[in-house]
Amino acid sequence: MKPFVKLNGLVAPLDRANVDTDAIIPKQFLKSIKRAGFGPNAFDEWRYLDHGEPGMDNSNRPLNPDFVLNQARYQRAGVLLTRENFGCGSSREHAPWALEDYGFKVIIASSFADIFFNNCFKNGMLPIVLSAQDVDDIFGEVAAIEGYKLNVDLATQTVTTPSGKSYIFEVDAVRKHNLLNGLDDIGLTMQQQDKIKVFEAKHKLAQPWLFN
Amino acid sequence: MAKTLYDKLFDSHVVHEENGTALIYIDRHLVHEVTSPQAFEGLKLANRKVWRVNSILAVPDHNVPTTDRSAGVAGISDPISRLQVQTLDENCAEYGVTEFKMNDLRQGIVHVIGPEQGATLPGMTVVCGDSHTSTHGAFGALAHGIGTSEVEHVLATQCLVQKKSKTLQVLVAGKLGHGVTAKDVALAIIGKIGTAGGNGYAIEFAGSAIRGLSMEGRMTLCNMAIEAGARAGMVAVDDTTINYVEGRPFAPKAEQWDAAVTYWKTLHSDEGAKFDSVVTLKAEDIQPQVTWGTSPEMVVGVDGKVPSLDSAKNEVQRGDWERAYAYMGLTANTPINEINIDKVFIGSCTNSRIEDLRAAAAIAKGKHIASNVKLALVVPGSGLVKAQAEKEGLDKIFIDAGFEWREPGCSMCLAMNADRLEPGERCASTSNRNFEGRQGQGGRTHLVSPEMAAAAAVAGHFVDVRQFV
Ligand code: SF4
Repeated sequence: MKPFVKLNGLVAPLDRANVDTDAIIPKQFLKSIKRAGFGPNAFDEWRYLDHGEPGMDNSNRPLNPDFVLNQARYQRAGVLLTRENFGCGSSREHAPWALEDYGFKVIIASSFADIFFNNCFKNGMLPIVLSAQDVDDIFGEVAAIEGYKLNVDLATQTVTTPSGKSYIFEVDAVRKHNLLNGLDDIGLTMQQQDKIKVFEAKHKLAQPWLFN
Repeated sequence: MAKTLYDKLFDSHVVHEENGTALIYIDRHLVHEVTSPQAFEGLKLANRKVWRVNSILAVPDHNVPTTDRSAGVAGISDPISRLQVQTLDENCAEYGVTEFKMNDLRQGIVHVIGPEQGATLPGMTVVCGDSHTSTHGAFGALAHGIGTSEVEHVLATQCLVQKKSKTLQVLVAGKLGHGVTAKDVALAIIGKIGTAGGNGYAIEFAGSAIRGLSMEGRMTLCNMAIEAGARAGMVAVDDTTINYVEGRPFAPKAEQWDAAVTYWKTLHSDEGAKFDSVVTLKAEDIQPQVTWGTSPEMVVGVDGKVPSLDSAKNEVQRGDWERAYAYMGLTANTPINEINIDKVFIGSCTNSRIEDLRAAAAIAKGKHIASNVKLALVVPGSGLVKAQAEKEGLDKIFIDAGFEWREPGCSMCLAMNADRLEPGERCASTSNRNFEGRQGQGGRTHLVSPEMAAAAAVAGHFVDVRQFV
């Protein structure tokens, strides 16, 4: 996995609560058996005026001028700012794949849906929870200041605004360590093989029907 | 110390724990074609093996056609859907995974076939690359959806890295009214706590109204736990659970059965166990529910109206509601029972089991769908549900009433196959998500129970099912 250490990134605001993974990447794109290439279809139904299907040349499709991420000032943003319960709904990991491929490495919201939150860490992305008030304040600043960037530092767990104001965020110690070092979860768990085998043997003795 | 059911299930599967992060052992891994190809590919690229192949049960469900399947997988008209189903078949063959293929009588929606086969058992940890895995918690199991990286992780290690969730007890006391179902309970709970209400929690549903539910009803309820934001929902084991499991193909037999039952009877929260949070509902207060917006929390009783902006709790919600009115083509204060529908979908892992079909058929019997209803689909949850329904003559009731009777799969729940809404079409659906575009781009979904969907089909608009029964 790619590590995440720090980012000084342009912020794009998506001012909605409960943005679901169906909206982040619509189901027709889940038919792909690959992990890559979902970025051009991130937010497909909001982003384009026509109906998207896999295999289309996305560069020729009509963009929806009302969709915030299409505004010139938010192009090449690395930080997505949004509201509560971001990533709710389906467990599709295609959602973080699409956002990552689009260019977002950091997502800031007042809360996230659990599965999505977890999926981000598996893909070298950092989801950050700030209070609803702090999120609101940043929304205000992003609207007011063109080219607004945030400085995100995982080691110190801080988000710093252009005016120098810093917010501290929480992150689980194990996840932080793995993300900073780009460690592969499966490799780490494989180091515990002996413990898994011991557990498995005990478990089988106690509940043999689980192993039929 | 008194333990909750969640604590018992979690603690009994901990392989190793460090800094509050645990490695937990997975007993059952369910697999479908959409979220597994990249996981198998990852395994292959890293040259890793499957840890315990007999823990896995696979089935194609999302992409399969619900119409004629006589041409087999080769007959799936969309080439990328076909490739995804073929890829599952190939991966299962290569690794020796048990798979119920598309034309197997046991094929169906992954969350329907697990319990139906007894592959989901009390006390298990169950995972699947699918958020509605919460369904299996109905058996007193710890079941949750995982992403594709985690699918790969479980394939390779039989374990999952987990932090313990907080616990939320949802108590529904009393007796449900006539015509009020588990689906209405689920929607009423989500209406009360919101779609983020369960974030970070594992929910245990308890109370006399829950005890009174059948296993089908409990599955419907746990299925919707994820729509309340909780990764896992569960119900304690009782005789209803044990009677349902007995005799199923994957269930323990003979002495193993007795030992299993003895253990399963301990799978409930102890007297005095502490939950991090408790929510209480009175069963008598719950009406048949209809969602009006684009999130399951945008829900009211069938007697209600589309709410007006004055009742929104804050600015953000006002914005969401305005967008929802526009998307749904509705205005504030429209009475729910004046909303006309174009299509009806009875199916999905929420409501496609035999009991759901019986309930819907009881409403449709001897009647006909209204002239403004262009299509009413009944999609059984599995081949075995379909066979059972046909044995009982339910297919005839539906067909005589103007419904289409289809082959099992996810179908119009998410419209990955050919079954979908056209832009602007309005659907009474027994599925679980009314998100924008979920049932087809521009499609408008209203979530209801099977009874309410059948009643809406007959009336052409939403109507209180209690007038029918
Ligand atoms: S029926 Fe719908 S919710 Fe259930 S597994 Fe299929 S697509 Fe997902």
